[in-house]
Amino acid sequence: MKKFEITAQKDTRSGFGAGLLEAARLDERVVGLCADLTGSLMMDAFQKEFPHRFFQAGIAEANMMGLAAGLATGGKIPFTGTFANFSTGRVYDQIRQSIAYSDKNVKICASHAGLTLGEDGATHQILEDIGLMKMLPGMTVINPCDYNQTKAATLAIAKHHGPVYLRFGRPKWPVFTPENQVFEIGKALMLNEGTDVSIFATGHLVWKAIQAGEALAEKGINAEIINIHTIKPLDAEAVLNSVRKTRCVVTAEEHQINGGLGDSIAQLLVRNLPVPVEMVAVMDSFGESGKPEELLTKYHLDAADVVAAAERAIARKG
Amino acid sequence: MGTPQKIMEASQLKVVARQVRRDILRQVYNVQSGHPGGSLGLADYFTALFFHFMKHNPSSFSMEAENEDVFILSNGHVSPVYYSVLARSGYFPVAELNTFRLINSRLQGHPATHEGLPGIRVATGSLGQGLSVAAGIALSKKLNNDDSTVFVVTGDGELQEGQIWEAVMYAAHNKLDNMLVAVDFNGQQIDGSTLDIMGFDEIGSKFAAFGWEVVYMDGNNMDEILAVVPQAQENMGKGKPVVIVMKTEMGQGVDFMMGTHAWHGKAPNAEQFEKAMAQLPVTELGDF
Repeated sequence: MKKFEITAQKDTRSGFGAGLLEAARLDERVVGLCADLTGSLMMDAFQKEFPHRFFQAGIAEANMMGLAAGLATGGKIPFTGTFANFSTGRVYDQIRQSIAYSDKNVKICASHAGLTLGEDGATHQILEDIGLMKMLPGMTVINPCDYNQTKAATLAIAKHHGPVYLRFGRPKWPVFTPENQVFEIGKALMLNEGTDVSIFATGHLVWKAIQAGEALAEKGINAEIINIHTIKPLDAEAVLNSVRKTRCVVTAEEHQINGGLGDSIAQLLVRNLPVPVEMVAVMDSFGESGKPEELLTKYHLDAADVVAAAERAIARKG
Repeated sequence: MGTPQKIMEASQLKVVARQVRRDILRQVYNVQSGHPGGSLGLADYFTALFFHFMKHNPSSFSMEAENEDVFILSNGHVSPVYYSVLARSGYFPVAELNTFRLINSRLQGHPATHEGLPGIRVATGSLGQGLSVAAGIALSKKLNNDDSTVFVVTGDGELQEGQIWEAVMYAAHNKLDNMLVAVDFNGQQIDGSTLDIMGFDEIGSKFAAFGWEVVYMDGNNMDEILAVVPQAQENMGKGKPVVIVMKTEMGQGVDFMMGTHAWHGKAPNAEQFEKAMAQLPVTELGDF
C-alpha cells in the first residue's frame, strides 16, 4: 500500500475560498454571491479584494440563484455560496429552470455538506444533494477530497463552461494531495493500484478509504483505491478498467445510499460489467447533532466500515 | 448598440397589436393548447415594447445583450404573445409560429433557451423566477457600465410566489434603477379571480413600501401606454427600481373571453375561433 503523507489539517471550504480568490484574480468575469454566510463559506477575502464583484443576497437563496442566472446571461461567471442544504434542496426548482434548463454558466458552491457539519444537526446536514444535482441534465457534480483538491477544483470550474455543483465541507480534514495540482473535471484519480477489490471514494471519505486500504494491506488484501472527485460525468473508463481487474467493488461517500456515488457506479456496472458492489453510505436516515468523527462512526462511514465492506465484496466474488 | 427596430406610432402599433392577437388565437387554436387569456391582455404592451420602446437587435440576437435592452417574461405561460412579437419584430420567421407547442419545435409551451430560439434569455413559466434573473442581468449591466434597460413583465397571480418579494427587496436595496417592471394586473388566475384566491385589490403600495417607484397605467390603451411608459422611464436612473402597475383585461379584444378567468388556459373550438377572429379583422401584415 502506497504511503500518503498528511501535510496539514485544513477544511475543504477554505480551499474553495482560496480558489475563488485566485480565480477572480485570473478572470474579471468571475463574480461571487452569498446568502448571509460569507464567513462560513470563506468568501471574505474575495469580498474584500473585489467588493464590486461580490453580491450579498441576504437570506434569500431562491433569489440568489436567479441573480446568478441573470449575471451568467450577462456574460459573468457567478459563484454562489451557501450551505449545501440551501444550495440544492431549498432551491431545486430555481436551479432546474433558471440555471440547468437555461444552460447558465453558474457555479453552485456548497459548504457544510454531509454529516461532518456536526453539531448543527440534521436540519443542516444534507445527505441528498449529490443525487438532486446529478439528476439534472447537463449538471457537473464535483466533490473533492481535501483542501488542495478543492482549491484546484474551484480554479478548474471557473474555466469550464456550464453549470457545476461543487460540494465541500466544514471540518478540518487531512490534506494529502499535492499543492498546485491540476484538476481535470471528470478524470478519476488512481491513489493505490491493487488487484483484490476496487474502492471508489469521494469527498471526505477518500481519506477513510486510504486508511481502510492500509488496514486491508495488513490483512494481506491488496485494494485498489480510486478518488472519484467528479461524480458526474463519471469516469466510466477508469471504473471499468479497475473492475475488470478486481471483479468486486466498494463505494464510499458521505451521502445517502440513494442517489449518490454508489448508485452511479452500480448503474454503470449493472449495464456493463455486473460484479458484487458494497456501499458505504448513510442508510436512508437523517443525521443528528454530534462531533464529526462521532457521527461518521455512528452512521458507519468509518475506515473500519470500508474494511468490512471490502471483505464482504471479496467474499461475494465466488 | 441596440436600436429601436422600427419606431412605430400609435396608429401603426394598434394594427400590429390586432395582428398579434390574431397570432395568439391561431397558435392556441392550432394546437388546442396554451394560454390565450393573459396573452390577449398583454398584446398592447408587448407591441409597444418591441415596436416602439426597446432598443434591440432582433436580426443579430446575442445572449449577453451588451448595450442592448433586454426583455424578460416572468409569467412564461403567456408565450403566444411573446412568440408573436418576437417573430413579427424579426427574431425568427413568422411562419415558425405554426410550430407552437408541437414536437421538435423551438416554440416550447413555455419560453426556453434550450432549443436556441432567438429572443429568449431564460426559461420561465415556473412562476416567480423571472424577476430575480432580470435583477441579475441588471447587475451585470451595472458592472459593465451599460446603461440599457431590463424590461420585465410579471403576472399578478404570480405575486403570490415568495421569490418575487425576495427580488423586490433585493432590487430596492441594491438600487437597480435600470429595471422597468410591469405587473400585468388583470385580476385573474387559473382557479378564479386573484381576489378570491389570494390577492389584493391594490398593488402599488406594496412595491412602494419596499422602496420602488410606482407608476399606474391602462395596459390596453395604446395612447396611454405611449404617454405613461416615458414617464416611468424618466424615473429610472434615480436610485430606485420602477414598477408599472398595469391594469389589463384578460382576453382583451375578444368579447366572450373578457371578464372571466375561463380562458386562462383553454383553447377555443372551431366555432369559438371563428367568432373570435371575426372580431379582429386581418391586417396588412397577414396571418402566419
